[in-house]
Amino acid sequence: MKLYLKIWRQKDAKSKGAMVDYTLDGVEEDMSFLEMLDILNEDLIAKGEEPVEFDHDCREGICGTCSLMINGRPHGPDSLITACQLHMRSFNDGDEIVIEPWRAKAFPVIKDLITDRSAFDRIQQAGGYISVNTSGRPVDANAIPIEKEHADDSFNAATCIGCGACVAACKNASAMLFTSAKVSQFALLPQGQVEAAERVQNMVRQMDLEGFGNCTNTGACEVECPKGISLENIARMNREYLSATLKG
Amino acid sequence: MGILNSKVPSGPLADKWTKHKNEIDLVNPANKRNIDIIVVGTGLAGGSAAATLAELGYNVKTFCYQDSPRRAHSIAAQGGVNAAKNYQGDGDSVYRLFYDTIKGGDYRSREANVYRLAEVSTNIIDQCVAQGVPFAREYGGLLDNRSFGGVLVSRTFYAKGQTGQQLLLGAYAAMNRQIQRGKIKSYTRHEMLDLVLVDGKARGIIARNLVTGEIERHSAHAVVIASGGYGNLFYLSTYCMGANVMAAWRTHKKGAFFANPCYTQIHPTCIPVSGDHQSKLTLMSESLRNDGRIWVPKKLEDAQAIREGRLKPTELAEEDRDYYLERRYPAFGNLVPRDVASRAAKERCDAGFGVNKTGEAVYLDFDSAIMRYGREKAMTSGMKDPDDKTIRELGEKIVEAKYGNLFQMYEKIVDENPYKTPMKIYPAVHYTMGGLWVDYNLQTTIPGCYAAGEANFSDHGANRLGASALMQGLADGYFVLPYTIGDYLSDDIRTGPIPTDSPEFDAAENDVRERIKKLMSGSGIHTVDYYHKKLGKIMWNKCGMSRNAKELEEAMEEIAALRKDFWENVKVPGTPDSKNQELEKAGRVADFLELGELFAKDALHRNESCGGHFREEYQTEEGEALRDDENFKYVAAWEYAGEPKDAKLHKEDLEYENIKVKTRSYK
Ligand SMILES: Cc1cc2nc3c(=O)[nH]c(=O)nc-3n(C[C@H](O)[C@H](O)[C@H](O)COP(=O)(O)OP(=O)(O)OC[C@H]3O[C@@H](n4cnc5c(N)ncnc54)[C@H](O)[C@@H]3O)c2cc1C
Ligand code: SF4
Ligand code: FES
Repeated sequence: MKLYLKIWRQKDAKSKGAMVDYTLDGVEEDMSFLEMLDILNEDLIAKGEEPVEFDHDCREGICGTCSLMINGRPHGPDSLITACQLHMRSFNDGDEIVIEPWRAKAFPVIKDLITDRSAFDRIQQAGGYISVNTSGRPVDANAIPIEKEHADDSFNAATCIGCGACVAACKNASAMLFTSAKVSQFALLPQGQVEAAERVQNMVRQMDLEGFGNCTNTGACEVECPKGISLENIARMNREYLSATLKG
Repeated sequence: MGILNSKVPSGPLADKWTKHKNEIDLVNPANKRNIDIIVVGTGLAGGSAAATLAELGYNVKTFCYQDSPRRAHSIAAQGGVNAAKNYQGDGDSVYRLFYDTIKGGDYRSREANVYRLAEVSTNIIDQCVAQGVPFAREYGGLLDNRSFGGVLVSRTFYAKGQTGQQLLLGAYAAMNRQIQRGKIKSYTRHEMLDLVLVDGKARGIIARNLVTGEIERHSAHAVVIASGGYGNLFYLSTYCMGANVMAAWRTHKKGAFFANPCYTQIHPTCIPVSGDHQSKLTLMSESLRNDGRIWVPKKLEDAQAIREGRLKPTELAEEDRDYYLERRYPAFGNLVPRDVASRAAKERCDAGFGVNKTGEAVYLDFDSAIMRYGREKAMTSGMKDPDDKTIRELGEKIVEAKYGNLFQMYEKIVDENPYKTPMKIYPAVHYTMGGLWVDYNLQTTIPGCYAAGEANFSDHGANRLGASALMQGLADGYFVLPYTIGDYLSDDIRTGPIPTDSPEFDAAENDVRERIKKLMSGSGIHTVDYYHKKLGKIMWNKCGMSRNAKELEEAMEEIAALRKDFWENVKVPGTPDSKNQELEKAGRVADFLELGELFAKDALHRNESCGGHFREEYQTEEGEALRDDENFKYVAAWEYAGEPKDAKLHKEDLEYENIKVKTRSYK
């Protein structure tokens, strides 16, 4: 098939970017979306132009590196997948496809479609852990039975891949879904209780410092999240935060 | 004592590690504050090592090429992590895990290392649970297990099909805690381009900031290489796109021996190649072989009809299917080790029984499992005479709970529903058992340079069993290296900070700059991917699932010629002083073009078949691998000597004092 691409090009963080048009022929439906971009880049290099830079690594939906806004939707038109899992069979011959980077104050563009998401790391550093050392002598793993339901909910929250689609989808560029996923994972486990109050306060404080917006409950994040992280996590984090603040 | 001293402690096998820990030198906590350690890589091995070293008090700097430590390729591991907990009461023990691993590795690994691995395996699970890793649990709240290939017990812990992700996020969290305390400084989007030696000791690295293109000097008292495996040598593999051998290869060129490069694991259950545009292959976890049955048609004409789309697999009667693993290996059936399963698939496809357009695919079928689970569920819910449709629906739900995300992944890529029609799978490159040679302390042949995780060669011999890489990465990082490194560093407590303005750093930086300049000055005929794909084809066709002397010799020549062509004609656009993904790729492919030749040389010299290394000249009448313990029961450790073909062989003889060396049989 033949496609008409409109792609955001930006030399570096300081330069101003712009949309550039490309026509690409010979795209097959079995190709993944990123393989389509590979072909475009091979063409561009052959023509002596600079290829389009985009972030990607695992190409199987788990590392959270790929981060493309495709026709106005984070990770493209299909639900519950990342951009690297999107295949060209979701498009038709002659389609126009607009490809942009994540847009958020807290995620500045580095080059073309690549943004700086280190703010997410700093939110995790503020409290996304349980303070245990590797002594080699913790209690036996089965000494702490955990109700399957809680274990499963905790697991579901823990599957967040840190891609940032939730922020890109939100009109306020809020990072509540991402932050609440980590808070929930630990809030649902007995091991996480000791530091619970401190954790939620520190992570939320860091989130605000990074310049993410407020949550106004529009729910766009949940719709676009490739891992189906649920809004319930935000509700849980709000409860955790409230009870932490009440405790002082 | 030759150059290769494995430093295995004396004494009975089961006491070695404890005894060693008691005897090695320690660094006291106050002195640890004066010691810096560089960890290259933040996967399970590097992440866990960095966190533990920082907890112990050392100053740690970590490096990864991704934008966050959490994205290392360990994240993609699906199936699980082994540990000899014996929670299922099925007779598991440290000894049995040790034995299975040695046998699985086809008697080509070091006994003492493997025993230690089995010994600390149980700590891993305790540690991870304490960190909040949400492993799968049974209804009673206790941890659940499943089985993997090559073993007869259930010792694999898992978190749905995302075990690597959950373990890595645990290590990442432990790192974050130390970053917050100021004990780890994390450098992301940074790539190590060279190792710096001062007075023969590893004292730092040269790295490129991938955002700005700046070349940076970083010094330390010791350097840990935990940069993962080199399977992308084959271009198509289940690795992430950025996986590379640069850190390990640069270390090799600075004097570290590279061991058993030809031991590569080709995983039997991956989604087959669909066309020339393909950039990577996707694994379907081995855990699927717990429930999936592998087959091809019995008759050639049926296979042809299927390939041409005239016949559906579901239409083929039971008696017309060849469940070839169950037929050839009745004891282990579909759960034979990976090397055996892969070769058997290739054998059937080569004989004309392949089931997709390219003829390179076999079926992995869940129909029996769906019906079996469905019937069981119907019984336990007290249903009377349920019809097949109900049974199937119940069974599909159970299969979904177990493997849902894998089935979804398959459907997204292939556009077929694996609940309704069998999956198509084919072997693909997945793991590299070879790597930097290390002694019992995980130290390479360069003093002060350590290697952990998939980057070292240590524990899996000629074939790795499923769920053992995660175990090894975490064992190395959490429980082994942080202690053994102290023995070396105890001499460095008065050294003080290592300066970066020495002639050694000048020279190393200069080399790196020259190399980049050279990479960018090719005549500009072909792209980097062009060369990478060509290299991959040579590797897959001549150094892949089965090898012979003639083709290996050809491969060595072809790779050398391709390398020459690359340096003359490659085209790298853009500039070196900015973000430049083509330049990043070019540097990685340049190293693969050297490693490939050494790989072929290693495979050529090993005149036997063992584990993942199958030489057509050495097989039994039934086509099983024929090992030669008399002449090849050693680790081949290669010393760099200019061109890869001139590498010098050093042998570490493997002694088996606790296990009787036998022919590996899964029949
Ligand atoms: C798809 C897949 C599924 C798997 N499933 C399982 C499983 O179920 N069970 C199991 O036991 N094993 C499994 N494995 C194997 C296992 O995941 C890996 O062997 C293991 O995770 C490797 O961990 P590591 O820490 O050694 O390296 P990695 O996790 O690969 O990390 C490498 C690190 O090195 C960094 N790096 C590399 N080069 C440089 C450089 N030059 N400069 C700076 N940084 C660099 C990277 O940024 C990264 O941080 C699987 C592997 C794959 C590919
Ligand atoms: S919550 Fe979902 S969208 Fe947001 S970072 Fe996590 S996986 Fe991505
Ligand atoms: S590249 Fe890893 S999630 Fe897309």
